[in-house]
Amino acid sequence: MVGEELVQLLTPEGERVSHPEYESSLSGEEILSFYRDMVIVRRICNEATSLQRQGQLALWAPVQGQEAAQIGAGRALAPSDFTFPSYREHGIAWTRGVPPADMLRVFRATSTGGWDPQKYRHNVPTVVLGNQALHAVGYAMGVQRDGAEEAVMTFFGDGASSQGDVLESFVWAASFNAPVVYILQNNQWAISEPSSLQAKIPLYHRAHGFGFPGIRVDGNDVLAMYEVTRRALESARVGGGPTLIEAYTYRMGAHTTSDDPTRYRIDAEVEMWKHRDPVERTKRLLTREYKVKKAAFETIGEEAEAVALQLRADVLAMDAPDPISMFDYAYAAEHPLIEEGRREMIELGISGGPA
Amino acid sequence: MTSTTMTMARALNEGLRRAMERDKRVLLMGEDIGKLGGVFRITDGLQKDFGEDRVIDAPLAESAIVGTAVGLAVRGYRTVVEIQFDGFVYPAFDQIVSQVAKLHTRTDGVYTMGLVIRLPFQGGIGAIEHHSESPEAYFAHTAGLRVVSCSTPNDAYWMIQQSIEHDDPIIFCEPKSRYWEKGEVDLDNPPRGLFEAEVRRAGTDVTLIAWGSQVKTALRAAEAAETEGVSAEVIDARTLAPFDFGPMVASLEKTGRLVVVQESPKTASLGSEIVAELSERCFYSLRAPGMRVSGYHVPYPPSRIEDAYRPSVDRVLDAIDRVMGFES
Repeated sequence: MVGEELVQLLTPEGERVSHPEYESSLSGEEILSFYRDMVIVRRICNEATSLQRQGQLALWAPVQGQEAAQIGAGRALAPSDFTFPSYREHGIAWTRGVPPADMLRVFRATSTGGWDPQKYRHNVPTVVLGNQALHAVGYAMGVQRDGAEEAVMTFFGDGASSQGDVLESFVWAASFNAPVVYILQNNQWAISEPSSLQAKIPLYHRAHGFGFPGIRVDGNDVLAMYEVTRRALESARVGGGPTLIEAYTYRMGAHTTSDDPTRYRIDAEVEMWKHRDPVERTKRLLTREYKVKKAAFETIGEEAEAVALQLRADVLAMDAPDPISMFDYAYAAEHPLIEEGRREMIELGISGGPA
Repeated sequence: MTSTTMTMARALNEGLRRAMERDKRVLLMGEDIGKLGGVFRITDGLQKDFGEDRVIDAPLAESAIVGTAVGLAVRGYRTVVEIQFDGFVYPAFDQIVSQVAKLHTRTDGVYTMGLVIRLPFQGGIGAIEHHSESPEAYFAHTAGLRVVSCSTPNDAYWMIQQSIEHDDPIIFCEPKSRYWEKGEVDLDNPPRGLFEAEVRRAGTDVTLIAWGSQVKTALRAAEAAETEGVSAEVIDARTLAPFDFGPMVASLEKTGRLVVVQESPKTASLGSEIVAELSERCFYSLRAPGMRVSGYHVPYPPSRIEDAYRPSVDRVLDAIDRVMGFES
């Protein structure tokens, strides 16, 4: 994994390494706050997995292992930037201020969106692989027409990198010099298919063929993710065009709670990636270099527990919506079939949901 | 009243121009729509007048044309997308069905998908393969979308403007074989609302329902039927999703006989939907089962034989004969 082509500023052992082009600009305090974000996001993820196992969620897509990729990228965003996620971007959602319970609405099957995308400048999740890459470019074309200094960020994985929509969006982003930063989280697995099935070259190389920069970053290194993303965003905001950032990382858990990764990947691989854990390496750095005390880590752990406890309470209180609400937003304007459906549901007293 | 004669192509062009003048957030996007003015010249001269930022020549990727229009809608723009030909819309089908149709629901109404997808459709121009299809039923079937079709220059001029102003996504079907036919356009007042059908010809014995190119076929069949003593009423559906059943019901209660004329194949078609719905609503008025005159259940044929595929006056007259032959 480690080689000249990979931007890394922090080793798995928690030691700083220098890079000819990038240097960490973060203070100890900032790194600690990044660490806090990663710990909380991991805790949210674990709580969600438990809730699914207890029958409280229909599904969950774990983000464990990818916390640095998302917190590093997410913390580089300006409030005015806009993000178009796929469905595993819980860390990004956290950095955008989306309440954790809202992240779980789709997975509790009480909503098909979950939060107000305009409030958080973070669109609702896109489940059809790659669709969102085109939305990001279109939004970015709007930013250009408004003359705004804003950047747009979108997310997809190694699997979705094979989708036509992603590749078409590369063409458009390049042709229109759109202010888009692509975060390609190469977590090595698209459910059961290895990334080698999606690409015979390093994925970040693809950007070069489309005419814009592609950079591979150690996706488990929050310092590197932050610096590379920050620079790409700054460039995009001032007319520098798109950048593809391949966050080289690993999906420690299953694709979703419906998946059984033991059927297709070996334990040794998972063990190897455990040693590259994004949270642990940041903790080592904080301990060694900034002398952060055990008590400070414990405080963060307690904070994460509180978030998880609140999340659980919020999710358990999250009831199925009134069935009649399914008609509310199918159309913006009046529609006879909506009126007809609504009327029938009321007349027949249809209550919906599992009995 | 200011009225002028122009082709449907010109009427669409003028309608787009007016919409762009009225609202700076209206954009046009499509393949070859800039300097060339589109392969049918519908956008002729608009890039010159409104600039490349508002009339965007798109790279050749239909999914991207629609997908970026979704992103532009999130940003607050209203994009009128031109799909070059009906048969090229399928690469964009995923974006249309998965995103355009659903994002308003998924965001609890935060984002409206006020975009218009212009689709030159139906055959009759002697084109090669993939240039003559009638895919309107695919879109009418999808909740979240609306589908309309114009059949006259006046409707073209007004319906395109009404579609652009509307907050829901609209598949705007243009009968390409009628692009060059001239008609009167009233530049001051719209003929009616966007989602209203129109009775094009009054009659008492049979109701013919058609849209796009087939309105003319139905009108010609009605004239021919008149010489045989049958009075046919012709309704231009105009809005295909949702249908405006009111005028259809009123007509059928009078005539008791129904023939739908459409270019698409019959199975699971809009004609099927019309016949089913009107059978429900007008059961006691019906004097014969509703008939569908349609394209045959084959891929669109080579255009040298397309006249044998598309509904003709004779085939419509045959259907009229059949519904008139039922005794009640």
